[in-house]
Amino acid sequence: MADLSIDLAGIRSPNPFWLASAPPTNSGYQVMRAFEAGWGGAVWKTLGDPIVNVSSRFAGLQVGSQRMFAMNNIELITDRPLEVNLKEIREVKKRFPDRAVVASLMMEPKKESWQELVKRVQDVGVDGFELNFGCPHGMSERGMGSAVGQVPELVQQSTEWVVEAAEVPVIVKLTPNITDIRHTARAAAQGGANAISMINTINSLMGVDLDTWYPVPHVDGKGAHGGYCGPAVKPIALHMVADCARDPDINIPISGIGGVSTWRDAVEYLLMGATGVQVCTAAMHHGFGIVEDMIDGLNHYLDDRGLASVRELTGRSVHRYTEWGNLNLEYKVVARIDQDACIRCNKCYIACEDTAHQCIDRVPQPDGIHRLVVREEDCVGCNLCSMVCPVDDCITMVQVDASKPAQTWREREMARIGGK
Amino acid sequence: MSERLESSSLFASIHRSLGRMDVVHEANRCLYCYDAPCTQACPTHIDVPAFIHKIRTGNLKGSARVIMEANPAGASCARVCPTEELCEGACVLNKEDVAIRIGDLQRYVTDWVREHDVELFQPGPPTGFRVAVVGGGPAGLSAARELARMGHSVTIYEAKSRLGGLNTYGIVPFRLPEDVALWEAEQVVKLGVTVHTDTAVGRDISPQELLTRFDAVVLAFGMGAVPRLGIEGEELTGVWDAIELIERVKTGKSIGEIGSTVVVIGAGNTAVDAATCSKRLGAEQVTMVYRRTEKEMTAYEFEYDFAKQEGVEFRWLSAPTRILGEEGRVRGVEFIRMRLEAADDSGRPRPVPIPGSEYVVEADTVIRAIGQHRLTEVLQGLGVECRDGVIQVDERFRTSNPKVFAAGDCTFEKGRGEAMVVEAAEQGKVAAWSLHQQWSHMQRV
Repeated sequence: MADLSIDLAGIRSPNPFWLASAPPTNSGYQVMRAFEAGWGGAVWKTLGDPIVNVSSRFAGLQVGSQRMFAMNNIELITDRPLEVNLKEIREVKKRFPDRAVVASLMMEPKKESWQELVKRVQDVGVDGFELNFGCPHGMSERGMGSAVGQVPELVQQSTEWVVEAAEVPVIVKLTPNITDIRHTARAAAQGGANAISMINTINSLMGVDLDTWYPVPHVDGKGAHGGYCGPAVKPIALHMVADCARDPDINIPISGIGGVSTWRDAVEYLLMGATGVQVCTAAMHHGFGIVEDMIDGLNHYLDDRGLASVRELTGRSVHRYTEWGNLNLEYKVVARIDQDACIRCNKCYIACEDTAHQCIDRVPQPDGIHRLVVREEDCVGCNLCSMVCPVDDCITMVQVDASKPAQTWREREMARIGGK
Repeated sequence: MSERLESSSLFASIHRSLGRMDVVHEANRCLYCYDAPCTQACPTHIDVPAFIHKIRTGNLKGSARVIMEANPAGASCARVCPTEELCEGACVLNKEDVAIRIGDLQRYVTDWVREHDVELFQPGPPTGFRVAVVGGGPAGLSAARELARMGHSVTIYEAKSRLGGLNTYGIVPFRLPEDVALWEAEQVVKLGVTVHTDTAVGRDISPQELLTRFDAVVLAFGMGAVPRLGIEGEELTGVWDAIELIERVKTGKSIGEIGSTVVVIGAGNTAVDAATCSKRLGAEQVTMVYRRTEKEMTAYEFEYDFAKQEGVEFRWLSAPTRILGEEGRVRGVEFIRMRLEAADDSGRPRPVPIPGSEYVVEADTVIRAIGQHRLTEVLQGLGVECRDGVIQVDERFRTSNPKVFAAGDCTFEKGRGEAMVVEAAEQGKVAAWSLHQQWSHMQRV
């Protein structure tokens, strides 16, 4: 069994799976149930001046038979009194001293208010803070959440106030609703944050009801944009994590958030630079019990790879993530179709014929059935056929011999300019 | 067994309706193949991926239109088609998974459209051409619908009191309730087709009259009664023609006492229907007897499986030699054992009796299901070439008379295709197109 424990800027937890600050971490009852199920940590639902929530708060995205492929929400921060939350945090930490209990905080952009909140919360024994500069709805209209998180100067300033008062590590949670997340990540680092976490939810309108023409969800006939999360956002979040991980001006640990549903997703985040991950939608879809396979699967994976600790995964693929200009223009893959595995659904054929490079031929056979054959000389290696193929490993993309030595666009441009 | 119980088992469908969740799951499993083999395998070429995709998008009206456009008997076929030999048998998922339940999905959509009274088709602008369709079964209705959609004036002559042919009268109600067949007929009638029921061509109207009153005639009158076995004792009470028995059951007419032991002679689709129907009528022991073996039987695998599930027993390689009776009522059947020799002209091994191997089986009822008679009286004076009572048609369903087309069972020859409802529907459709094509360059004066 590998060592699954992590240390995120001094916040330790027995495994890298934390519950993100969200409805699952609303109360002590819930967090204790989560810890009993095995979660390594929990970021408490954001504390601040209690608010009033609306009724009808979430909406789910169904793709085919797959429900909860994404969800969005218009719920705000905690609607419970601070004293109640603090009492419960103290109890949870007492019962589960080995787990990471991180308090998410949000406050009006005033130094005194922030520092007062920090002091009150750290008195109950939290292991760290996570500053919510990301909440994209409601709170942002009041000058908090993403209203702060979208302005690097404000991120830096608020971070500085908190760090000044905090005796435990401070994580800054970043909003993806910004052109380049590295700017706010750098600001957080500049402000003294010990770590960053990303992503918070993405601005979204989940849908429109075809019968009523109301937005989904609606509150008494009206809707407002919400925060988008779940499996659908993972590629967006992963890119932001990777971008921050390879940025030399950031250089602080990352807690990865966004569509983590399985141990596999977690491994990808870790490889792209995260120290641990936070989960919400998957737990909201299936309950806290899903952490069991996250832990189990990760354990087997590490054992199979001969890795003693999960920490060995962090950042291992970051150096392979670069700019387009650094990609080898001479590298070439082509599609190969395994005729024995092929079930003749022709999906690769029509995808290539209509929407790619017309390089799959349907070759009639004596038995009347067509064989699908790739004309390799015309295949550009786009991968589309292998993506639409319903049979695993039926279409593989294989590397063909490059006739020329590797050359990137940058190198090519340099050579061209140099040659003049 | 009480009469109520008996009748409920006779009329309760053997098909379980798919739940909404089942439908969504199954529809989403479909790969939406390009040039899909299921569509190729369907005799009417229903665009199966398209109709399933439309279920996914909640476009049930569009889905129903895809089905019914290709197959005017699409609702019936969703129940009686041997799907494992057609669309589902061709499904690419058979290789790695299990086939999509295409028949069940088709039933779901056609049930929906029946319940919602949606208008799917409209008659075309009138062309002035008049067509008589002889027979209101699947082939005739299919031809009539297509002709009406093209704007031709169509008159159906149906010998029975209701339309639908075998779908209405000849398939047991627990497999195909009559309201499904009648709904399909109604869709055709709604297009402005004139219908003369209880009107047999050759009896109530002469074939020649059709030729003078109409610009063209489409023959789709199917087949007739089950022939006699040609053995002693056939006049006894308790000896039935399978088609007649099923018709009486389906129309709610009494068939008297079926008794506890039933013997069905034959092993085709109708034989299975007669056997399973007998079970549901209360017979304790029902045996299907066939002169060849399981391998040569013409019933589909799903029908055979269904018969076995219903507790029907089978006796192979036996042919009846006489029916035994007492006081005018059947008491048993004498059979002789057979052996198989080299293939005959139907391509199947030829059964030959084994001398001295006679044996007797007790029976309260004997049902013959050994095929159907050819109806030839309709053809008199039409100048249509026939062979053994089978109308000869070309690939466009044209007969030797340029004004006469023919489709369905009346053109069905042993060894040439299968006498399926779906095949009849396709032939009617193609016959109509063929006729329309012939007229497309003409203007009626």
